[in-house]
Amino acid sequence: MIGFDDKLKILADAAKYDVSCSSSGGKRKNTHGIGDASASGICHTYTEDGRCVSLLKILMTNYCIYDCSFCVSRRSNDVQRAAFSVKEVVDLTMNFYRRNYIEGLFLSSGIFKSADYTMERLMLVVKKLRTEERFNGYIHLKAIPGASESLLKQAGLYVDRMSVNLEIPTEQGLKLVAPEKDHQSVREPLAIIKNEILNVQQHKKIVKNVPLFVPAGQSTQMVIGATPETDLQIMQTAHEFYKDYKLKRVYYSGYIPINATDSMLPQIGTTPPLVRENRLYQTDWLLRFYGFSLHEILNTQHQQLELDIDPKLAWALRNPQFFPIDINTADYNSIIRIPGIGRQSANKIVQARQYGKLKEYQLRKLGIAFNRAKYFMICQDTVISAGFHYPEQIRKSLLGHQSSTNSNSIQTQLTLF
Amino acid sequence: MNYIFDGSYQGYLCCVFEAFERKEFDAIPTTAQQLEINIFSQKRQIHTNELKAIRILTAMNKLIGLQNTKIFYHNFLSDSPSEWTNGFRLIVELFKSGKMDMQNYGRPDLLRIHQTIKKVSRERHRMKAFIRFVKSDNGLYTAIVEPDFNVLPLVIDFFKNRFTDQQWLIYDIRRNYGFYYNCHHVEEVASCAENEIQTPNRLEIDLDPKEREFQHLWKTYFKSTTIESRKNLKLHLRHVPKRYWKYLTEKQ
Repeated sequence: MIGFDDKLKILADAAKYDVSCSSSGGKRKNTHGIGDASASGICHTYTEDGRCVSLLKILMTNYCIYDCSFCVSRRSNDVQRAAFSVKEVVDLTMNFYRRNYIEGLFLSSGIFKSADYTMERLMLVVKKLRTEERFNGYIHLKAIPGASESLLKQAGLYVDRMSVNLEIPTEQGLKLVAPEKDHQSVREPLAIIKNEILNVQQHKKIVKNVPLFVPAGQSTQMVIGATPETDLQIMQTAHEFYKDYKLKRVYYSGYIPINATDSMLPQIGTTPPLVRENRLYQTDWLLRFYGFSLHEILNTQHQQLELDIDPKLAWALRNPQFFPIDINTADYNSIIRIPGIGRQSANKIVQARQYGKLKEYQLRKLGIAFNRAKYFMICQDTVISAGFHYPEQIRKSLLGHQSSTNSNSIQTQLTLF
Repeated sequence: MNYIFDGSYQGYLCCVFEAFERKEFDAIPTTAQQLEINIFSQKRQIHTNELKAIRILTAMNKLIGLQNTKIFYHNFLSDSPSEWTNGFRLIVELFKSGKMDMQNYGRPDLLRIHQTIKKVSRERHRMKAFIRFVKSDNGLYTAIVEPDFNVLPLVIDFFKNRFTDQQWLIYDIRRNYGFYYNCHHVEEVASCAENEIQTPNRLEIDLDPKEREFQHLWKTYFKSTTIESRKNLKLHLRHVPKRYWKYLTEKQ
């Protein structure tokens, strides 16, 4: 018999490879109970690896009938097993929430007995939280592939977000490390939930008081670097899932070696591909918020993202014909394409220039990465005769700025591929 | 000319009122505690008058709208005399010229006020995140904080809407005041004698019998959810600066 403390240790440890900890997008209001959702989400603390801790992220159990070699809870792995009871999860969540440790609960589980059996227990937890504890905080629930439609829909009434992990970006890759699984089993629950969300939205147009159904939408996660996919393949999959299932987020999780026996996978001790993971997120953002289309950043000529420069800069260096951009006349959509200028700064520029043409000294103070942006833009007092540098020169001088520690870490990363 | 006000926002606005009455537009609003002793500088005591303050606020609302008027309140909460002066100059200019383009980021003084309120807003957000309640055996949840800026007034509604069915007390130990919620409404509590309140774990109150257990479980969770091979203390410190650790259960 293991103590509760040990149980928490095991089931938090096994859940930590799920990177999503977002608590944003919730709309739940406090109606005579406890808690409400903060639309922008709140990170209550950060782990020593720098990741946000917003939700109590645990597994219901780490017993699992599957044997996916990239997963720490695979049945052939020699780890201690544990399981929470429904009441234990509810009590822990409520007591953490009342002390303002967390925004809510992220509940996942190994597959115990069957998909439906597992899903039902997850559903019982969220139902109890909402109905008995009158808890209005954030709940992120894993949908278990293969669970029945009625169970998924019932759970959807109580949670804010649901997710199913793709795990490996391509079907072929998945077959290598998890022969018992396929992408179709992930698509099914995503489709069920997506259709029900659309259904509820349709109803809302006619009837006023429609109950919330997964108001913060769905997400998925891919493991990066466990199998040999290219960045192009990864982003193609992400793009497709965003489109087909109206996902709110796709998460990319650099594979952390945890399997000593499978020679397919990176060996224990190799550094996780953190820079590559970061570049994928940057690409994801460019696609969703910066108006880039996938083929501009990744295509058959450029199948991998560059590790030493970010994807926007890489795109700019390949497309010098777009630059320089005059920040006093260009529209917002062009300004956000300048490397070193983000959406907030672009907004500020557009607002500020109504009151007078902006000069270099003003731009420097606005919070942009001026040293990067300067090659790609002109302000009112920019000496235009200086001309646009050759891309290779810009790359060289920008890389010269980087600290040596940064380039070191890139080198250790590179050995992976 | 130093204008000495009582430290309240109303008092601050009364400085503007006074400045126009006396045509002393170069006045520097400050408090008795903040005043730098300088025998050559003159000073004038400003009395807080609610009606005067409301007149100023209404006039500002009319000229620049509610949203922009709030900027000056948030700037005021930065608790810094130099930012107070920057805001004061801008309000004076606003009334003199009858208009102001608040989003003109090209102007250094306006950019500065936006940068200040951004800092204040960051601190406000951190308070929502970093406040940790400790439960005592009478059911009261207590949190002690020392924010850099005076942001408690900006987060009280948040806590009121969230923790509606539990009594709580949030106390700013640096400014020696706080807010108490009794499940119905919030009231301000102030001026405990010096050293009366210390960190909640050392408070002379009886903790709820399960309080230590949940603190321990939280620490366990915090440790277990860290991925060792991704350790990045620099990033950790950027997100959770050391000055907040004192009141964070998981960093004890």
